[in-house]
Amino acid sequence: MKAYLALALSFACAALAGCSEEAADGTQFGAVDRLPEPSGGLMPSMTIAEPAAWAGKAPHAPEGFTVTAVATDLLVPRQTLVLPNGDILVAEGKGGGAPVLTPKDYIAGFIKAKGTTKAKSGDRLTLLRDADGDGKYEGRWVFAEGLDAPYGLALIGSHLFVANQDALVRFDYQPGQTRASSSAVTVALLPSAVNHHWTKALVASPDGRHLYVGIGSNSNVGERGMEIEENRAMVWEVDARTGATRPYATGLRNPTALAIEPRQKQLWAVVNERDELGPNLVPDYLTSVREHAFYGWPYAYWGQNVDPRVRPQDDAKVRKSVVPDYALQSHSAPLGVAFAAAGSADSRFAEGAFVGLHGSWNRSVPVGYKVIFVPFRDGRPSGPPVDFLTGFQQDGKTMGRPVGVTVDPRGAVIVADDLSNTIWRVAPSR
Amino acid sequence: MAVNSLVSGGPDGLPRNEATTLRMHAVVACSSLPLFLGTLLSDWAYASTYQVQWTNFADWLNAGGLMLAVVALVWAALAEISQPWRRSGRRWLATALLAVTVVLGTLNAFVHAKDGWAAMPAAPVLSLLVLLAAAAASVVGLARLGGRAQA
Repeated sequence: MKAYLALALSFACAALAGCSEEAADGTQFGAVDRLPEPSGGLMPSMTIAEPAAWAGKAPHAPEGFTVTAVATDLLVPRQTLVLPNGDILVAEGKGGGAPVLTPKDYIAGFIKAKGTTKAKSGDRLTLLRDADGDGKYEGRWVFAEGLDAPYGLALIGSHLFVANQDALVRFDYQPGQTRASSSAVTVALLPSAVNHHWTKALVASPDGRHLYVGIGSNSNVGERGMEIEENRAMVWEVDARTGATRPYATGLRNPTALAIEPRQKQLWAVVNERDELGPNLVPDYLTSVREHAFYGWPYAYWGQNVDPRVRPQDDAKVRKSVVPDYALQSHSAPLGVAFAAAGSADSRFAEGAFVGLHGSWNRSVPVGYKVIFVPFRDGRPSGPPVDFLTGFQQDGKTMGRPVGVTVDPRGAVIVADDLSNTIWRVAPSR
Repeated sequence: MAVNSLVSGGPDGLPRNEATTLRMHAVVACSSLPLFLGTLLSDWAYASTYQVQWTNFADWLNAGGLMLAVVALVWAALAEISQPWRRSGRRWLATALLAVTVVLGTLNAFVHAKDGWAAMPAAPVLSLLVLLAAAAASVVGLARLGGRAQA
């Protein structure tokens, strides 16, 4: 633990008196011993990605890996699932559509849309197959369509669960299937009013009895009022058989991806924290999700730091707020997490979590826009992150933005890119 | 007979259509007043109830008042430019007060764009200043209109 604390963040800039510049990318990770004071002028700092085509190029992986685009021209791919036979299932869609609340929403919505794809929401699942094992996914089928912004995917036995933005649904699935044999059965309705943060992350419990669903908040920090936040900003546990739901952990502002750590069989999440408190507040995070724990939103952040923007304040909630396990650079926007396969051949990436960082908007110096690897030992984070997939930005242009990451049984990492609408496969070179 | 002149037009010797223009301008400038007053009252309501929709409402009211004030300011500026020979005593003052209203209103819009309590306590202070500036601009502008009418 001591060694872990020793990799505490260096707030390169904050240490310099009078320097209001932003810490360089990559400095705010792991344990946090000191957070800067909230800051911010009249307008939030914004740097929006300027999209450009890959034009035959690809992101960069560490030596020993090759990167291939296994599918292009998808319709907003977000999360992927590797099925037992090696097929890749891709959830495509874009949800939300929260009504404009204040004049700011018009302007911010217009500006932020410039940094995302022009593709329309696919609302479907696409299945990719590499039948001969050569790393080329020559087979491509629409597995199911007419869904409502599908995002989280999980397989339990012969049931494929899909988290739409408004409901958890289920398909029957047999290995080798390329098309859903019947329409989806609703397992449980999910909170969907407004859906400011619409993504519904999903993972199955190790014993296959439950599903965990990540439900984001309906605002940055409660500015729509707290009534609309009922059952938001939390992880639900859903009974896979009956569809009964209950809050499992709360105060998680936007838990965008969930995964089970294979050694301790513990549930982990990546969470997007709040904006407009400055370039190095609030750290996004990777954390184990403990049952009944409260992670602060909206009353407090990173433990018991009170957010002054929330009234009425709630001292009891602030005191209950727990500190997440592992900070990720503020505003880097983690949208994907997957743990390394137990039998990974590459010792550098044998134990730990791959995290897809979609990239910032609320910061003048962009951060994220890459996939990192957080090393673990005995089921806990054990050191600073390592860049795994980079090169999404070049010369001020942005070619791609990573979302979901998945590890396939052959040790390859599957990365969904929702700007270029591509699925990247990062495979160990033979 | 200022009141009568507003109805009949022309006793100040201005061509009839110019009098109409002046009055329309006054109407636009004055209509921002109730919106700015609403902004201030909504800020007050938020501060005393913590009901966050009041501050969102204040944001819209200020945006509405600001839009009218911008129209009034552009109108006044165009009048200054197009009729320099009519430059009389305090005509510039109403224009200047409109400009102050627009600057403060814009500032207030940015402050209200902050989430929840982050807009406090600057929001009601600015809302009050905007209201005072808009009221002053209206009073000066109307006085000029009335003064002309009586001349």
